[in-house]
Amino acid sequence: MLSLTCPCCGITAEETEFTPGGEAHLTRSGPGSSDSSYEAYMFQRKNPRGVHFERWRHAYGCGKWFIAARDTVTLEVFGTYPAQTTEPPAEIVTQIRARRPDWTPEPQGAA
Amino acid sequence: MSHRLASGGRLIDRRQPVNFSFNGRQMSGFAGDTLAAGLLGAGQTLLGRSFKYHRPRGVVASGAEEPNALLGLGQGDRFEPNQRATTTELFEGLAATSQNHWPRLEFDLLALNNLVPQFLTAGFYYKTFLWPRAFWKHVYEPVIRRSAGLGEAPGPRTRDPDRYEQIYAFADVMVIGGGIAGLQAALAAAESGARVALWEQSAHWGGRAPVDGIEIDGTPAEDWITATLARLAAMENVQLRLRTMGAGVHDHGYVLGYERVSDHAPGDDAPRHRLWRMRAGRIITATGAIERPLSFAGNDVPGVMLASAMRDYLVNYAVAPGQEVVIVTNNDDAYRTALALRRAGIGVAAVVDARADPAGPLPQAARAAGIRILAGSGIRKVKGGRHVKGVEVCAIDSRGVAHTAQLDCDAVGMSGGWSPVVHLWSHCGGKLIWDEGGHFFRPDPARPPLGQDGAGFVLACGSANGDLGPVLGDAQATGCRAAQAMGADGAASDAGRDTPAEMAEMEPVWIMPRAAEYDLRAKMWLDFQNDVKVSDIQLAAREGFHSVEHAKRYTTLGMATDQGKLSNINGLAILSDALGQPIPATGTTTFRPPYTPISLAAIAGEARGPLFQPLRRTPMQDWHDAHGADWEPVGQWRRPFAYLRKGEGRTAAVNREVRNVRTGVGMLDASTLGKILVSGPDAARFMDMLYTGMMSSLKPGRCRYGLMCNENGFLMDDGVVARLDEGRFLVHTTSGGADHIHGWMEDWLQCEWWDWQVHTVNMTEQFAQVAVAGPKARHLLERLGGMDLSREAMPFMSFAEGALGGFDARVFRISFSGELGFEIAVPASQGRALWARLMAEGADLDVMPYGTEALHILRAEKGFIMIGDETDGTVIPQDLGLNWAISKKKTDFLGKRGMERVAMQDPDRWTLVGLETLHGTVLPHGALALAPGHNANGQRQTQGRVTSSYYSANLGCGIAMGLVANGPDRMGEVLDFAGPKDRIIQARIVDPVRIDKDGERQNV
Amino acid sequence: MSDTWASALPQAQFDGLIRIREAGLCGMITLRGDPAALAGPLRAQTGLDMPAQRRIVSAGALQLAWMSPDELLLCLPHAEAPTMVAALQTALAGQFATVANVSDARAVFDLSGPRVRDVLAKLCPVDFATLQPGDIRRSRAAQVAAAILSLEDDQFRIICFRSVAGYMFDLLAGAAAPGSDPALYP
Repeated sequence: MLSLTCPCCGITAEETEFTPGGEAHLTRSGPGSSDSSYEAYMFQRKNPRGVHFERWRHAYGCGKWFIAARDTVTLEVFGTYPAQTTEPPAEIVTQIRARRPDWTPEPQGAA
Repeated sequence: MSHRLASGGRLIDRRQPVNFSFNGRQMSGFAGDTLAAGLLGAGQTLLGRSFKYHRPRGVVASGAEEPNALLGLGQGDRFEPNQRATTTELFEGLAATSQNHWPRLEFDLLALNNLVPQFLTAGFYYKTFLWPRAFWKHVYEPVIRRSAGLGEAPGPRTRDPDRYEQIYAFADVMVIGGGIAGLQAALAAAESGARVALWEQSAHWGGRAPVDGIEIDGTPAEDWITATLARLAAMENVQLRLRTMGAGVHDHGYVLGYERVSDHAPGDDAPRHRLWRMRAGRIITATGAIERPLSFAGNDVPGVMLASAMRDYLVNYAVAPGQEVVIVTNNDDAYRTALALRRAGIGVAAVVDARADPAGPLPQAARAAGIRILAGSGIRKVKGGRHVKGVEVCAIDSRGVAHTAQLDCDAVGMSGGWSPVVHLWSHCGGKLIWDEGGHFFRPDPARPPLGQDGAGFVLACGSANGDLGPVLGDAQATGCRAAQAMGADGAASDAGRDTPAEMAEMEPVWIMPRAAEYDLRAKMWLDFQNDVKVSDIQLAAREGFHSVEHAKRYTTLGMATDQGKLSNINGLAILSDALGQPIPATGTTTFRPPYTPISLAAIAGEARGPLFQPLRRTPMQDWHDAHGADWEPVGQWRRPFAYLRKGEGRTAAVNREVRNVRTGVGMLDASTLGKILVSGPDAARFMDMLYTGMMSSLKPGRCRYGLMCNENGFLMDDGVVARLDEGRFLVHTTSGGADHIHGWMEDWLQCEWWDWQVHTVNMTEQFAQVAVAGPKARHLLERLGGMDLSREAMPFMSFAEGALGGFDARVFRISFSGELGFEIAVPASQGRALWARLMAEGADLDVMPYGTEALHILRAEKGFIMIGDETDGTVIPQDLGLNWAISKKKTDFLGKRGMERVAMQDPDRWTLVGLETLHGTVLPHGALALAPGHNANGQRQTQGRVTSSYYSANLGCGIAMGLVANGPDRMGEVLDFAGPKDRIIQARIVDPVRIDKDGERQNV
Repeated sequence: MSDTWASALPQAQFDGLIRIREAGLCGMITLRGDPAALAGPLRAQTGLDMPAQRRIVSAGALQLAWMSPDELLLCLPHAEAPTMVAALQTALAGQFATVANVSDARAVFDLSGPRVRDVLAKLCPVDFATLQPGDIRRSRAAQVAAAILSLEDDQFRIICFRSVAGYMFDLLAGAAAPGSDPALYP
């Protein structure tokens, strides 16, 4: 069971206080968008071995959504940050690069 | 025969005799005994029968690894099967029963299995019971069920009367195992300044060191243990806990611990078990090592034990395994047992040592004590059935055709070397390496399990790390390292200096004798509990089960409740030998939690009985309960399905309530409806995104019905929105949907439109809400006074706030029944009083409460949809004829893009209609409308289904709603519906609105 | 109309490892908005300063608790809540701020005694060694959301939704059963 630190209230808590929200940094595809971009928005999810960005809500705590940068294999958590951003903040990218030199950030939200 | 010695026993108190019973026979032991010690002390060596062959079995071990001595404990509601006698502390009145025999322990008819050695070999079940097929149910299964299995399950009517609980705890450094290594590691970590927890699974600190006669700092280990414990106990940053087993190590330093709080002292107030949910920064496993059996013919006969277990019983409990003992070994450690037995005055017939020249300090001491050593030898076979009568000795490298010596004895102590307890290291992905010198797997420090910081979070020390010599220096270093990793780098005092006797090298012996004939191999037990023998593993290897995981499952090796603690390495060695490869190439099976079985009740914790899950109660719940409520669960709420009057059945009550709303006045507890405040400058814009309809045009003081869809366009929730003022909306959701919709709103506001100025507050529980519906509704409410509820002042779909009869009310003029209806929201604290007042004021109007079933029928009579009935997560509003509630002006709302998909535009989508059977009967809920032809699977084609179906007391017939392909264009058509037992029920497509099509009744 | 009002579990009490009392009717106001914008009007109406992250500030019968970066909880006598809501709404008019009376949405239990942390530790995944008097920790108690307020050394207050008051009380009473002291906290 994971242990995560909510960047909004500063609490480190066990997974049971949080609810997961899947892949982060998606771009909404609304009316008028192409079928392929809508399909990508709704149904196509990354499932990487390694660095991944995922949404969590501190549901039993402060109620805020945040994003965790995590390794899906080792479960190492590189950092968490508030959800009000369209891409990982620079300091998180630096954190990840320090631990995973081979990793390069993908353009986020691209379908 | 095993017996109690006249003196000694470091853990027992001879002044306190303890009476207990075994199979109804009264026995006596001492305070401090385990049940196994008590039984052996009372001379009881035969304790049960094995799983498949029903062979007689006795105690093999002295701890958690025990495979044989599994007993039924307690009686009645407290009966529990498969309890290990070796880890059960004796208490006054303990009642134990043996298992797996029929009819008696001493005379077991099913032991006949044993006479046909080819019977029940590896894969027996897979090979034998293939045909004829019909035999399975009536012949094979009942026979197998009778003969296999260990303890019996408690009776179906028994209810565990004990209490169980869980607890959350935190530590920087968690040390598991309270032997000298664990104590030293904990002390070092604590002195460094870390917050430390130390668990020991047994009732005593110190582990094996006192039994093995280890000296620390020149004095007996016992002294150092006492002193170290005192130091630990005096530190505020240390939590010490006995009888607590580290059950599992999980992600991010999560450890489960199983505390047996009062198993040893039943009857007081304490909970029986406590499950510890520990979160630790670093975990030190100081879990020790387990001695391995040797594989010789008859190694399962009662009286054959691990040499270390013999020593434990002797030193700790003053229990001797017999009068004359043979020790068989491949290492020096077993000589400790020989010497201890000799010191206690027990006969040692010989030490049979596989090694050609045992010359270490311990064998020398044995020789000096006059103990006979048969070097280069092994046991050919054990003589005796229900207990050991002697052994035949042969040359270790022979085929074992003939014996070289015969020894009379009544007990055999065996030692095949030691295996570190690596379970906890391995649970979360720690890897193992094969130790060439010790011939065991031990933790590979280069490949530990990784934590959230990317570093290894489990450290092993002591014999759990494969250190079978001195351990304290390394344990101290490990404790400091763990503390430092957590930022605690204070100075720790020097480690104790433990000086165990030096050990000469052991010599692996996996089969004894090494070239044993089949007859012998077929009597060499690997897994005692599951009756897996050397010959079974060899057969599995020949049949192609080369993967260790496959061989395990094929033979059931290691699948018993002891999970292979004794059999694992020996089995791997046999398999590797059969495959002609080194042991590391075979690898091990996966270690999974829990380390030893834990009670299901501890896993459930407080979540049982009334606390199994939260029961949400409205402020009026007690009133409903006192007035015949027949409850139905709605999420975690419980709502009255109907209110049964004395002698009244459910159907009659529902019909009465339904009629009453259409003719008089009824009251519904609507407090469970979700109520969410949406406020802020961008609230209207946000509401337009949430709902399919236009909400920004709603005037303050007015209400509007709305639909919410997910991004697929599928209908998710519905309800009435009230605009409180320009910047504030009150959203009503379904009873089950409140939390979800609130979360949905926050998700969009926090993660997508975070620049919009909108707040949400979930007000669901702030208000008690009462729906008052029926032609006399206004009449009733006007009696309370204080607000003008006239048609003019308060038209349909409006609301007003005021003091209604002195209550702080917000009155909504809305209707879900089609009748004149009001919903009155008051602060929840006033809800009970409001309800009672309305009931009292309406007594002469025959006001009645109505339940959820009446609510459903009333709305179905009006053709109103219900989320969860008409919707199932694949229905768009257009399917329900709700196009009027979808704004065409808005460029965007949640779900709009989803509805634009081709499949959603298909004119043949199943669409909402009313359904009426030709004979007025009630259609089965969910029944499918049949279409001509069959699909690719040979099933009938379908063209629709029933979504809601009830008996309408107002119409005197069944009414139903359903989704039918192109339904609204097929009014009057008769469809075939599939009823139970292939019965066809015909129903006609009709308008779903069955009462007051023009909506005049609600508009008075 | 004293019998008009009823708290969630009137007079519920239990004495075991700790003392458990239902606190009766408590006034509670949810405030949402930018703390900087809320601070002035709040100080003017209540005399209270803004609490730091996860802290509670008190003055007399008033307590102001930090709930999230844009949410505060003002606790006050139940009868004063409607007036205070109106006053705050007026004071905050024109600002992006939300004031809501949630006094009746909650149940409140007062817990006291030296073993209070041990009892709560059985229900909440919280490290009570890190919780100081004046701290608030939002978490869960078994299966329901709970706000845990550390008031004084051996005094805690737990707030949950009103509908689960019975569940919460039974949980607490079970965890405080005599003879079940886990002796985890000093």
